[in-house]
Amino acid sequence: MILVPSTLLWAAPLVFTALGGIFSERSGVVNIGLEGLMVIGAFTAIVFNLTTYDTFGSATPWIALLVAMAAGAFFSLFHAVASITFRADHTVSGVAINLLATGLTLFLVKLIYDKGETGIISKGFSKVDIPVLKDIPVIGKIFFQDTYWTSFLAILVAIIVWYVVFKTPFGLRLRSVGEHPMAADTMGINVTKMRYLGVLLSGALGGLGGGVYAQSITSNFSHSTISGQGFMALAAMIFGKWHPLGALGAAIFFGFAQSISIIGSSLPFLKEIPSVYLLIAPYVLTILALTGFIGRADAPKAVGTHYIKGSR
Amino acid sequence: MSKRLRSILTPVIAVLLGILVGTIIMIVSGYDPIAAFTALWNGAFGDIYYIGEVVRQFTPYILAGLAVAFAFRVGLFNIGVEGQFLVGWLAAVWVGVAFDLPRVIHLPLAILAAIVAGALWAFIPGLLKARFRVHEVIVTIMMNYVALHLSNYIIRNVISHKGDNTGPIHKSATLRSEWLESLTDYSRLHWGIILAILSCFVMWFLLERTTRGFELRSVGFNQHAAHYAGMNVNKNIILSMLISGAFAGLAGAMEGLGTFEYAAVKGGFSGVGFDGIAVALLGGNTALGVFFSAILFGVLKVGALNMPLEAGVPNELVDIIIALIVFFVASSYIIRVFLDRISKKEVK
Repeated sequence: MILVPSTLLWAAPLVFTALGGIFSERSGVVNIGLEGLMVIGAFTAIVFNLTTYDTFGSATPWIALLVAMAAGAFFSLFHAVASITFRADHTVSGVAINLLATGLTLFLVKLIYDKGETGIISKGFSKVDIPVLKDIPVIGKIFFQDTYWTSFLAILVAIIVWYVVFKTPFGLRLRSVGEHPMAADTMGINVTKMRYLGVLLSGALGGLGGGVYAQSITSNFSHSTISGQGFMALAAMIFGKWHPLGALGAAIFFGFAQSISIIGSSLPFLKEIPSVYLLIAPYVLTILALTGFIGRADAPKAVGTHYIKGSR
Repeated sequence: MSKRLRSILTPVIAVLLGILVGTIIMIVSGYDPIAAFTALWNGAFGDIYYIGEVVRQFTPYILAGLAVAFAFRVGLFNIGVEGQFLVGWLAAVWVGVAFDLPRVIHLPLAILAAIVAGALWAFIPGLLKARFRVHEVIVTIMMNYVALHLSNYIIRNVISHKGDNTGPIHKSATLRSEWLESLTDYSRLHWGIILAILSCFVMWFLLERTTRGFELRSVGFNQHAAHYAGMNVNKNIILSMLISGAFAGLAGAMEGLGTFEYAAVKGGFSGVGFDGIAVALLGGNTALGVFFSAILFGVLKVGALNMPLEAGVPNELVDIIIALIVFFVASSYIIRVFLDRISKKEVK
C-alpha cells in the first residue's frame, strides 16, 4: 500500500508550484520561470536546514519552508520588474529567470561549500502516521499511514487557493486583470499592483514547492535536484485548466505517473509497461489537453500581454 | 539617434550591464574580478587549442541561435530547440552506427537524418499552432521532455542492449578531421563550422531575398495583414517551424557527428537549445547578429572552464552573466527609453 503515500509525496511539490503558476497567469503574467523559482526554493531550504539545524532542531524543515517561500518571492521580483515594469516579453524573462536561478545557486553552493553539491540534511520531512485518522479501518491504512504531512498541506493549500481565487474580492480582481486589464483599470483596480502580487505569490509558492521537494525527496542540493519539476508543474497548471482544484488533480496524476515510473518495478501489474510511457505521459497529456482532445484548456485572455495605460 | 545605431547599441549595453553585474557579484563574494576575467581570456584565447575549442563550442550555438531566430522572425517562440537538437543528435548517431557506407554518402546521410528528425519534431507544434491555435511555447516545452525521455529509451533499448551509450559512430560518418585537429593542437574542432556559416547564409538569403521569405516575415509582422494580402498564414507557420527545427536538428548533428561522435543517456538537458534563445535574442534575430553573439557565448562558455583553475572563481559565474544578458536584452524597452533621453538632451 505504498502507492498512495508515494504518489502524494511526488505530487505535493507540483501542487504548490502549479498553484503559484495559477496566481501569476490568472493575473496575466506568463510564468515559465517556475522551474527557476523551485530551484531557488530548494537551494534556500537546504542551505537553511543545514546551517540552523542545531538551533531549531526538529522544527527546522518547517522554518526552512518559510524561508524558501520568502526567497522565492524575492527572486520572482526580477520577473515582475522585467515583465510588468520594463515590458519585457514574459516568456523571455521566464527563460532568464530559469538560467539565472541555476547559475546563481550553483555559484553560491561552490562559494559556501567549495564543492558542487551540499551535504545531506539531517532532518527532512519523513514518513509519519497521521494520528487518529490512521485508525480508520481500510481507509486509514491506505491514506494515513507511512505518509507525509506536506502532502496534506498541499491539498489544504489548493483548497485555500481555490477559495481565494474564486470566492474573494481579491481573487475577482486578480482574474479580471488577467482577462481584461483595461476594463479592470476602468473599475479602479490597480493593474500593476495586482500583477505584482500575482507574480510574488507565484514566487512564494514556487519556492515552497522547491523547498518541499528538496527536503522530502532529494535531501541535498546539486545541479540535478530540480530537473523539470517546474515545467511539470506548469503542465499540471495547464492540464488543470488554470483552476486550483484542476491543477491539484493534474498534479496528483503526474505525481502518480512519476512515482510508478520509480516504484513500478516492484508492483507486479505495472512491471510490463515500459517506464518511458509513464515518463512522457504528463507532457503528452498536456499537449492533448491544449489541443482540445481532453476538453479544451484556454488560458486567461490577457495572459502574456502588457498593459500600457492609455493605449487602446 | 538613428534606428540602426540604436539596434546595435541596445545589445552592447545589455552585454556591458551583464558583465558589470557579474563583476559586482564577484566583488561581493570576495573574488578578484580582474583575475577572473584574465583567466576567462586565457581560457578562450591563451592557446591555439582553446581557440579550436571555442570554435567547436560556438558551432552548435550558431545553429541553435538560427533555429530560435528563424521562428522568432515569423512570430513564433520555439523553446523546443533543445528537444529538436536532441532528436537530431540521436538520428545522426543512429545513422552513424547503423550503416556502413562510403564517407561521401554516409556523412551527408547522417546529417540529413538529423535535419529531418529536427524538422519533424518541430512540425508537431507547428501543426498544432496552425490547425488548433495551440500556443507553441507550451507545446515545445512539453516536446523537449518527450524528446529527452524518448531518446534515452531508444539509446537504452533499441540501439544498445541496456547500455547507457550508443558506442562510437563509424569513421565514415564523422565530421572530424585530423587536419583541423592537428591545426589546433588536437582540440575537437570539426568541419561543422563550415555548415554553420553556410546556414547563416541560407537563413539570410531565404528571409531577405526570396518571395517565400517575404511571406514568412509578413506573417511575423502582422498575421492579419498577411492573411488579408492573400498569404496562407497556416502554411507559413508550419514551414517556419520546419525550417527552425531543421537548424536545431543540424545543431544536434554537430555534437553527434563532430564533438562527441556518440549519443549517451542523459539525466537532463544539454542546455544548447536554451543558450540558443540567448544567442538569438542578443543577435537581434538576424543571421549576422546570431553569428556574432554565438561567438561571444562560445568564448564565455569555453573561457569559463579556466576560471576555477586559474582564479578560483566558479565557472557558473558565466551562466549568471549570460542569464543577466538575456534579462537586459528582454528589458530593452527601458534601455531604449534611456537612450532616447540621452539623445534628446544632445539635441537641446
